[in-house]
Amino acid sequence: MAEQTLDDNPQRGGRQVTEQQQVLLKLDNLTKNFGGLRAVDEFDLEIASGSITSLIGPNGAGKTTVFNLITGIYRPESGSIRFNGLELIGKQPHEVAKVGVARTFQTLRLFENLTCFENVLSGQHCRTCSGVISSILGTSAQRREEEEVRTEAERCLKLVDMWDLRDELAKNLPYGYRRRLEIARALATQPHLLILDEPAGGLNERETAELMDLIQEIRDSGITILLIEHDMQVVMGISDWVAVMDNGRKIAEGTPYDVQHNPSVIEAYLGTENGDFYTESEREDYV
Amino acid sequence: MAEKGTQTESELKTRLSLPSPRSHISRLGLPAVIVLAVVFPLFAGDYWIDVAVFWGIYVLLGLSLNIIVGEVGLFNMGHAAFFAIGSYTTAILSEQLGLSLWLLLPLSGLAAGVAGYVLARPILHLRGDYLLIVTIGLNEIVRITLLNNPWGLTGGPNGIIMLDQFRIFGYAIQRPIDFYYLVWALVAITVFVLVRLQRSRIGRCWNYVREDEIAAQAMGIDTRWAKLVAFTLGAGIAGATGTVFAAKLVVISPESFNFMESVILFCIVILGGMGSIPGVILGSAGMMVLPELLRNFAQYRMLFFGLALVLMMIFRPQGLWPSKRWTTILREGEGK
Repeated sequence: MAEQTLDDNPQRGGRQVTEQQQVLLKLDNLTKNFGGLRAVDEFDLEIASGSITSLIGPNGAGKTTVFNLITGIYRPESGSIRFNGLELIGKQPHEVAKVGVARTFQTLRLFENLTCFENVLSGQHCRTCSGVISSILGTSAQRREEEEVRTEAERCLKLVDMWDLRDELAKNLPYGYRRRLEIARALATQPHLLILDEPAGGLNERETAELMDLIQEIRDSGITILLIEHDMQVVMGISDWVAVMDNGRKIAEGTPYDVQHNPSVIEAYLGTENGDFYTESEREDYV
Repeated sequence: MAEKGTQTESELKTRLSLPSPRSHISRLGLPAVIVLAVVFPLFAGDYWIDVAVFWGIYVLLGLSLNIIVGEVGLFNMGHAAFFAIGSYTTAILSEQLGLSLWLLLPLSGLAAGVAGYVLARPILHLRGDYLLIVTIGLNEIVRITLLNNPWGLTGGPNGIIMLDQFRIFGYAIQRPIDFYYLVWALVAITVFVLVRLQRSRIGRCWNYVREDEIAAQAMGIDTRWAKLVAFTLGAGIAGATGTVFAAKLVVISPESFNFMESVILFCIVILGGMGSIPGVILGSAGMMVLPELLRNFAQYRMLFFGLALVLMMIFRPQGLWPSKRWTTILREGEGK
């Protein structure tokens, strides 16, 4: 059905997922109301396994709501969310994490009074199983599990270059590190799909460049990435596919190049019909 | 990293490499405290031993509430209800069926744990002060039920007299010094269990829930389950403590488990430092000593409690002995 709509509308850039690729996440006809406000309106999206897909749009377009629907924080009025063929609607947030969807938050949500190491250890919780009794007795299975959990947390902290900061409390970290710690924590859940909500928000240019490298590195390790981002340099620089939202609807999707030259996208962002999306002056205005 | 990054990083590195001064103190301090605790009753009079027994009982209760309030951040101001359920389970079963107190210790814990599970289940979605109000209500419901003498089991306002004692091969634990060793042995076991839990997957997930529930869920933690485990365990330990309490007091009545008792337990955890085991031990000493000091101003006692809490919140909100985060320094050798 999604395919049909796309073909009907010449402004939409076709389909990301080719026959050879697998669909990891498929959003179908997703609708969510908040009172009288329709935050997400019949939203469709397919995400190819192993890709970096970006979701962009003006403030209030409904991007974060889509993320919250996928991760089980909200329940949609209608539609379906299929992850690897598994329906996610109706699942609790922790169950969604367990099937392999990890996320970061737009407004950082670190465990402020715990150390970086403990923050990252949290991701491993859903991959382990020792309970109260085995923890009290300190059984060999429990100790082995603890060792594995620490090794994995160490790997994730090293991946974001923060191993030296492992014993520092999260609340004492500078902003750029806080962003990276959240990514490390999400990676520790060993996800198939990593959802990043404005990871470059508040970062300076150098940190943004590092972040782009990090995201690509994560993708190369086999994790599919879904991204909300306002920094067009990031979006256009690393995305394989871009979907554009406005007023809860998808107004366009396609390769970064297609989307940049799509008149309805330009209108949604800039309110004019002339001018190149990517000209220097406009980009400066926007960023 | 560029300049700014390296600076902060090296700064933090030097801070990390400093040996923690507390590790030396605790290496010598812990055995010293244990020796002191063992020999103390040999030199002290009965009055002070009795004070230490009640201190130990408050420590046990404080530790059990610390799981709920300190580790998970659930504001439970009705903890005396579970303590009451444990005490009454012991007294009733001992009187009616003549069961041994050694058997009733885990049994009362179980009864209170089940009660904690059942009562907490429908209210755990409440947050902060809302939960606090409901738990105050639970406390009152339990107390008034006991007052009403259901099926003639609880003896109404007069309570129950329980004549049985803990016995070891026919030797009854009756003297203050016997109780002293019993109570503090239980404290030692409880501390051991809680330290193990604090450093495990369970203890960590409690802290994640306390810090940020939504983030904890997003990391795959079933926060409902985490809260229920904490509530059940905390209620269970309080219930088991009830057995010792009943044995020590002989007469138990509903007034021992009123709202003020819950407030005192809550203050122990807040004064000592949320989530801190030494904090609870210190906090219970404070809550024991304070009323003794204020004996002459008995009618103003509550005023001083309130004042103490207000001053604590202003000058030392983290508690007398705040909990220290466990660090990875000990397992070095790899890394730098």
